[in-house]
Amino acid sequence: MIKMEKVSKWFGQHQVLNDIDLSLNKGEVVVICGPSGSGKSTLIRTINRLESIQGGRIEVDGEDVYAGHMNVNSLRQKIGFVFQQFNLFPHMTVLDNVMFGLVNIQKRSKKESMERARSLLDRVGLLEKINAYPGALSGGQQQRVAIARALAQQPPVMLFDEPTSALDPEMVGEVLQVMKELAKEGMTMVCVTHEMGFAREVADRVVFMDAGQIQEIADPETFFTSPQHPRAQRFLSDVHIR
Amino acid sequence: MYLLEAQYLYQMLGGMVTTIQLFIVSWVLAFSVALTLVVIRATEWSVARWLVDAYVEYHRNVPLLVHVLFWYFGMPELLPESVRGWLYQHNAEMSLAAIALGLGAAAYIAEDIRSGLRAIPDTQFEAARAMGANYLQGMRYVIIPQALRHAVPALIGRALLLFKNTSVTMAIGVAELTYQAREIENDTYRTFATYGAATAMYLAGAFLIMFIGARIHAYYAISGGRNA
Repeated sequence: MIKMEKVSKWFGQHQVLNDIDLSLNKGEVVVICGPSGSGKSTLIRTINRLESIQGGRIEVDGEDVYAGHMNVNSLRQKIGFVFQQFNLFPHMTVLDNVMFGLVNIQKRSKKESMERARSLLDRVGLLEKINAYPGALSGGQQQRVAIARALAQQPPVMLFDEPTSALDPEMVGEVLQVMKELAKEGMTMVCVTHEMGFAREVADRVVFMDAGQIQEIADPETFFTSPQHPRAQRFLSDVHIR
Repeated sequence: MYLLEAQYLYQMLGGMVTTIQLFIVSWVLAFSVALTLVVIRATEWSVARWLVDAYVEYHRNVPLLVHVLFWYFGMPELLPESVRGWLYQHNAEMSLAAIALGLGAAAYIAEDIRSGLRAIPDTQFEAARAMGANYLQGMRYVIIPQALRHAVPALIGRALLLFKNTSVTMAIGVAELTYQAREIENDTYRTFATYGAATAMYLAGAFLIMFIGARIHAYYAISGGRNA
């Protein structure tokens, strides 16, 4: 479903991604972790071209993301993206936020869009907030709306960029719950997160990054019980102490 | 009370109607041009940005009266004889005044909207693009509506200014309120009463604009604030 080959990216002289190789099959859930500044967010942002790459190749659903003829807008409709800071549209109601892509980008009918938006909001447990504005919601609720919004165009792939890092601790659970259900329904997901409990429970593989490189890829059991890379060992002990 | 004499009353009210027409037409023109300027200015293309900046600077640095005289007396010279003749037979002063006022106000309105634009975090545009919105869709549905909400107080001020500035067009013979007031004053020599009445009518119009502006401001305020 996603295939990255020798992906490299520089910010000026600084190489932020160094020969990244990573493949996901349909329905697979991959968690990317690592210290801050290791290139995790940059990596998932290259998958839908929010960041450009200077070397290598990325395929999504069999299509070359960086091909000259690639229409970036239709590509992005097939890749749901969830931001750390939610980035809901504050001038639209919850319902309009979720309908936005269907009505304004895909030009679907209001009726069809509203039905789908309502069922998604029901799924994330926010049907009663349908007419509220984002500013009136808690962080956890906003992020659940953002997930519903990203799901609206029925993308086969979902990318999560530290979806719980901006949340108060007591709201992390409700967002992770939605993500877990999504994973169990067979969604293909790439999640950058520090939630090791989530990784352990739902990830098929854990990717550990440091200094722009993938240092280790393992199934969660192996990764958490016997990490191979010394940097990963240190990272895990730091995370657990915290 | 001479102003209540039918003839002068109608003349005064007729002037007010013309003022309001001129204000509405030039406001709509100014707003459309301003939006276009903002959308062009927000692109990465440096030639377009330079042209928009030149437009804005030109209109901010030329006196409005000169600008109006230029459009009425100067611009038609560039038109073919037949078009010019047709124009002067069809209320040219009104349409050229609306164009001159509208284009001038557009420069200021564009700057107001652009200030509103700067208050919107880049991540809003990124969120729209990440869903597959193209540049214009992102601007139209996400960025501009928020920028306009931020700009409403400034835009109300611009609307008032434009309403008052319609009086400048008496210089090219637009029969608006100030023009009619002067006509009546020439007829009657009752200077204080005539200009007093005109002043009251301008004030009433301005209060109406402020009232409508305040309603729009309240209606479009972002519920729950920007903390999203």
